[in-house]
Amino acid sequence: MHGRSIRYGVLHIPIEIEGIRRGAIMLGDTLFLQFIQQLINGISLGSIYALIALGYTMVYGIMKLINFAHGDVYMVGAYVGFFAATAVRLPFFPSILLAMVVTGILGMAVERLAYKPLRHSPKIAILTTAIGVSLFLEYTTMLVLTPQPRTFPPLLPETIYTVGGLIVSFQQLVILVVSIILMILLTYVVNRTKMGKAMRAVSYDPDAAQLMGINVDKTISFTFFVGSSLAGAAGVLVGIYYNSIEPLMGIMPGMKAFIAAVLGGIGIIPGAMAGGLILGIVEALISGFISSTFRDAAAFAILIIILLIKPTGLLGKNEHEKV
Amino acid sequence: MIKRLRKQDAIFLLISFVVFAAFQFLISERILSSFWRLNIAVICLNIILASSLNLINGVTGQFSLGHAGFMAVGAYVSAVCTMFFHLPFICSILAGAAAAGVLGFCIGVPTLHLQGDYLAIATLGMGEIIRITILNIPQVGGASGMSGIPTETTFTWLFFCMIVTLFVLKNIINSNQGRACLSVRENDIAASAMGINTTEFKVFAFTVASIFAGLAGGLFSHYFGIAHPSSFTFMRSFDIMTMVVLGGLGSLSGSIIGAVILTFIAAAMQSYPEYRMIVYALLLIILMLYRPNGICGDKELVSVILGRFKKGGKHDGTVAENK
Repeated sequence: MHGRSIRYGVLHIPIEIEGIRRGAIMLGDTLFLQFIQQLINGISLGSIYALIALGYTMVYGIMKLINFAHGDVYMVGAYVGFFAATAVRLPFFPSILLAMVVTGILGMAVERLAYKPLRHSPKIAILTTAIGVSLFLEYTTMLVLTPQPRTFPPLLPETIYTVGGLIVSFQQLVILVVSIILMILLTYVVNRTKMGKAMRAVSYDPDAAQLMGINVDKTISFTFFVGSSLAGAAGVLVGIYYNSIEPLMGIMPGMKAFIAAVLGGIGIIPGAMAGGLILGIVEALISGFISSTFRDAAAFAILIIILLIKPTGLLGKNEHEKV
Repeated sequence: MIKRLRKQDAIFLLISFVVFAAFQFLISERILSSFWRLNIAVICLNIILASSLNLINGVTGQFSLGHAGFMAVGAYVSAVCTMFFHLPFICSILAGAAAAGVLGFCIGVPTLHLQGDYLAIATLGMGEIIRITILNIPQVGGASGMSGIPTETTFTWLFFCMIVTLFVLKNIINSNQGRACLSVRENDIAASAMGINTTEFKVFAFTVASIFAGLAGGLFSHYFGIAHPSSFTFMRSFDIMTMVVLGGLGSLSGSIIGAVILTFIAAAMQSYPEYRMIVYALLLIILMLYRPNGICGDKELVSVILGRFKKGGKHDGTVAENK
């Protein structure tokens, strides 16, 4: 991007973002200003959740499987981005692209090795396998790359913009822009291409799709590729945003992204985007106004409430169970 | 039929008494090192946890991932009873079990309307909410946990509670209620067509299992003398689930075998925690791929052996294989 001009621009203030954010909360003139500030933070966090949630929702839509390993694919993406930026010294865009390709292939491999043989098994078997894959990815990473957190290199300038008392960092803007571009791309692929048509057909009825000459295996593989690469991109963005990555970083965002997917209506792509944004905003507001220790509990509480009131999610349609 | 069951019970009690006497001798004569004494205690706890989770996951066919949360409730409530109210040990652990049971009932009523994957995530979320709530109660130590709990759990207590748990669970499985739970697992639409209130039996199984998880929690905190929120994360729920799946969903003897094997694996790999989790993960994946019914399937060891002796005598309780 045009990072260079901004890096040496007038606005360059190299201070730690977290400190700025806290400072902003303390110094915020009015409650309203603070509210808007948390909204901004929430949107950038929420767009990351949305990216991960898209993978969940696509896989669920096509296979009716909660891919518990999805959060760990995101963690692998962060590590790939880290090594691309440190060992190979790639700039921002090549790093994120590399992470997307590697995690995409990882997702396809997981599907081929662990989920495909179980496609017609009871649900509990696939769910258990998914938990197994998740643990395997976490602890293999821990074994190979040590459990120590690593500092993510500053791939983007840590520029801060202040607009009328509100603080927006360049990184937050990039996160938002990259997420939006990826979501537009995804919407295009799903709604306008032949592969997208196949994906929709398989998710509607795999057997009928097969009879119509659609290669179901290939379509599922492709879905895993796309979903996992979105998670990989989210991993790199989070690494840049929080400066720190570690092998178990995928557990919580993974679960929250799942909550986001359920909130929006699992299997529905715009629902995952909306759910991610809502969840991010709610979390930012709770950690800003109540206490950050209740942040995780709030996410789960949202899940339980939505499951009890409208299990199909905000954008879901009620379907009656067929006997 | 009843005669045979009674005879089985007598044999079962006799064997357990012999086992108890043998271990009690080894422990009181200090032939076993403290390492093994610890592991035997952990095995007893894990058998209580795994066999009670089996009632939900195996017999009733629901997917709960929140067992650690109920264990936490039992551990903390019983610790509070002994430390703050100075109740005798047995009252405290019973209070812990009762509290977990009440909570299990309250959580079960709304969540058990949910199906498969949703239930898994909702229970996992409930477990985390319980843990985060405890983390935020300063009276019970918050994040640093409770320490100085009188260590009153002895091997005798553990063994006695384990036998009671197994006995109660076995009788439940072989009762009308147990049969109803099995029918819910096999096909809940057919079960409700037969006049079985499926939600009622799901809640029943969930509550009973929470009571025993609370019991295990109380024994746990009074054995180690501490109760710490980090002992009750969802990783523990995964551990317990691995035991159940390894032993065989729906088989009590399977849960015992699973608990023993996995506790030994954990003990043997104590100094390499990463390897331990990788072994767990691979175990889960490979089991699901090649032997999804676990070591015992849904049969009991006893009925398999008895079936051998009495040719043609059908073993009781279990219906056809999972689809």
